[in-house]
Amino acid sequence: MAEFWTAYLWPLLWIVIKILAIVVPLLLAVAYLTLAERKVLSAMQMRRGPNVVGPFGLLQPIADGMKLFFKETIIPSGANRGVFILAPMLTFSLALIAWAVIPVGAGLVLSDLNVGILYLFAISSLGVYGVLMAGWASNSKYAFLGGLRSAAQMVSYEVSMGFVIITVLLVVGSLNLSDIVMAQKGSFGMFNWFWLPLLPMAVIFFISTLAETNRHPFDLPEAEAELVSGYNVEYSAMTFALFFLGEYANMILMSAMTSILFLGGWLPPFDIAPFTWIPGPIWFALKIAFCLFIFIWVRGTFPRYRYDQLMRLGWKVFLPISLAAVVIVAGFLVTFDLVPA
Amino acid sequence: MDGLLREYLPILIFLAIATGLALVIVTTSYIVARQKPDAEKVSPYECGFPPFNDARRQFDVRFYLVAILFIIFDLEVAFLFPWAISLGGIGMLGFWSMMIFLGILTIGFIYEWKKGALEWE
Repeated sequence: MAEFWTAYLWPLLWIVIKILAIVVPLLLAVAYLTLAERKVLSAMQMRRGPNVVGPFGLLQPIADGMKLFFKETIIPSGANRGVFILAPMLTFSLALIAWAVIPVGAGLVLSDLNVGILYLFAISSLGVYGVLMAGWASNSKYAFLGGLRSAAQMVSYEVSMGFVIITVLLVVGSLNLSDIVMAQKGSFGMFNWFWLPLLPMAVIFFISTLAETNRHPFDLPEAEAELVSGYNVEYSAMTFALFFLGEYANMILMSAMTSILFLGGWLPPFDIAPFTWIPGPIWFALKIAFCLFIFIWVRGTFPRYRYDQLMRLGWKVFLPISLAAVVIVAGFLVTFDLVPA
Repeated sequence: MDGLLREYLPILIFLAIATGLALVIVTTSYIVARQKPDAEKVSPYECGFPPFNDARRQFDVRFYLVAILFIIFDLEVAFLFPWAISLGGIGMLGFWSMMIFLGILTIGFIYEWKKGALEWE
């Protein structure tokens, strides 16, 4: 019995504890991201934002969650019930399990896959299914059009994201996320991170993540003015909440990816005393918060793209540039004999 | 258990927990909240009148075109992944092979651009 405990049960329990240590802070972060978004947007528009529920409105996300929890789950008469219910659950689960490979600090990772970035790329690609299933199963014109648009947009920007990731991999020579972070360690601190040597790629990557998560200025699938809410128009109560949680968890995930690939993950900005005292996970969280702030800032500032402009930007601007960048970076590394062994 | 596969076990458990969590959230809400559907409530959303026809009609062929282009380029990215991390070991032959492959794909890309496959108006 004791052997069974040490050999199987305890390792299993330990994994579950580690998973909970990821999921609980993540869901809290999602809840407070919605509040932060409303607060930042309202500050940009000279309003107060939510300030009634709790001090400074800090209990607002919990009130919103409770409200959605006690709402009626409406399933439209024309909908395919199974797929309709499955779609938000898929979106939510995918947004969570992507976090299994994210290193939040040196060695602090649930599963240190040697193909970590490939795993992330695969999971974020699967996100399209949730949207398509929701759009199809709702059997409503708005949801259908929103789902189609969203799917086309997500796959368009995924291509250039892939090429940008390749340029980083060429410099690093490994698919492991911890290796990618450690490759950015150097004597110049934050100027060793990849955002500087690969600056155009970092910009393209960040804009692609905006499109990938259907955020402003690329939120055409949800264009309120024409599609009311896009693919999730028929959803209510917790099925809607799962979509919402999944989308915001994806935003945090994409910010984490940007931090790992271009902003040095958990590394401190300067490798000297006061900065190195602060532990890695806090630096990582600060970098994610910085990226998320830009997400919201963009939403508060820019007008929405038209759909043809969106497709033009993805296929005619980002794709050629990132494709050329792969050739240039590879050629540069080979010419100057800098290819990592 | 093999060391390589051991890394994937937490992901499998994570998947089970995430799916379970989603299931629990939806079902408890469904049980706790009062369900009282009526014909108007469960009809598909439309602006003030019953929908004229089925939502699943024909749609623009360009969505289909985008899907095909995506498959081509995403496969290309999938080929680039192993090449990018083994560039140090495969030498100039490996480098130029991929450059030729990329060149052929670029010709295809220019062709579809000229044909207007990327136009949305």
